[in-house]
Amino acid sequence: MSLLNSKNFKLLANPLNLDNPVTVQILGICSALAVTTKLKPAIVMGLSVIVVTAFSNLVISIMRNSIPPRIRIIVQLVVVASMVILVDQLLRAFVYDVSKQLSVYVGLIITNCIIMGRLEAFAMGNKPWPSFMDGIGNGIGYSIILIVVAFIRELFGSGAIMGYQVVPQSFYDAGYINNGMMIMPTMALVLVGVIIWIQRSFNKELIEKE
Amino acid sequence: MQEIINIFIRSVFIDNMIFAFFIGMCSYLAVSKTVKTSIGLGVAVIFVQIITVPINYLLLEYIMKPGALSWMSDSFKDVDLSFLSFMVYIATIAAMTQLVEMIIEKFSPALYNSLGIFLPLIAVNCAILAGSLFMEQREYKNMGEVLSWGLGSGVGWMLAIVSLAAVREKLKYNKIPAPLRGIGITFIITGLMGIAFMSFLGIKV
Repeated sequence: MSLLNSKNFKLLANPLNLDNPVTVQILGICSALAVTTKLKPAIVMGLSVIVVTAFSNLVISIMRNSIPPRIRIIVQLVVVASMVILVDQLLRAFVYDVSKQLSVYVGLIITNCIIMGRLEAFAMGNKPWPSFMDGIGNGIGYSIILIVVAFIRELFGSGAIMGYQVVPQSFYDAGYINNGMMIMPTMALVLVGVIIWIQRSFNKELIEKE
Repeated sequence: MQEIINIFIRSVFIDNMIFAFFIGMCSYLAVSKTVKTSIGLGVAVIFVQIITVPINYLLLEYIMKPGALSWMSDSFKDVDLSFLSFMVYIATIAAMTQLVEMIIEKFSPALYNSLGIFLPLIAVNCAILAGSLFMEQREYKNMGEVLSWGLGSGVGWMLAIVSLAAVREKLKYNKIPAPLRGIGITFIITGLMGIAFMSFLGIKV
């Protein structure tokens, strides 16, 4: 059995565009917007979500036949919470400053709807390996949106990328000013709105019916 | 007393869950199609919030904080269980929503019929968990402050969802570019409402 046949590859690739968790399934918006003022926390957050979705999908999928349906939400929450505790402790140990910036949003990965949504919709009814791929795919789809939004916000909001100044000083001398609006949390919403607009004008089948 | 009122006003307007922190967005976007259901969800959020935040506060204060267990015996005074906080909070929330659902079903079927379907949704609403996490992060000092934060954050969330639902009801009659229809325009509206809410930032309390 090949681990990366076309069906499994689809599970990995679909969430990147046509089935993107943020712009199409509308899951996990909370953290997607709040951590995107700078590129670095966005990347760290993306990686954490990839790890948590992939492994909690895997664990739940292994246990799926022994979970009583009535208490499945609590079981899922406990599995996800233990994954998030691991990630949180790792972040505190190795990238403490980023972990401080992310503040409560690391904990909020537990209630990130992407994870619960994928567990309910996919891991409860599929074998471990496809569930793992689905988790990674959705995690990456989420990270892409995070990185795009964070890139735009950091570039226009503070003239830097990954903390390095890219807008030269001569621009500022000539009267260029950083766009303070981009730093404001609300601009992230407008940016995601615009991303959805662009994505749907390329993929007509995603347009909602009237 | 003044501090408690300040926390309430801050949490409703200035630190609004939706517009300042984007917390609870998933259900905010999904359930805001009509004013009536959004009021139901809003009330349910307030309800669960004023129950879970104080309970989690007590758990944090008497069990999980570094040295919190010293009321049991002196030998526990070095124990630090705060790494467990995520797990304990989410377990409390899941248990409480289940309990509240059962109590309401038993004693007030009318309320259950209007709130019932929203209660299971709430266990995975980020706003509830964030209420407890912010409570821990901001180190509120006593029960009054904690209750006021729980109530205020719930009211702020309800204010946001009901106002968005009101806008969306009117939106049906407008001509919107096709790719932006539905969720796209909702994002942009929420952004604009957030900008309006930023005018509260100047208030000093």
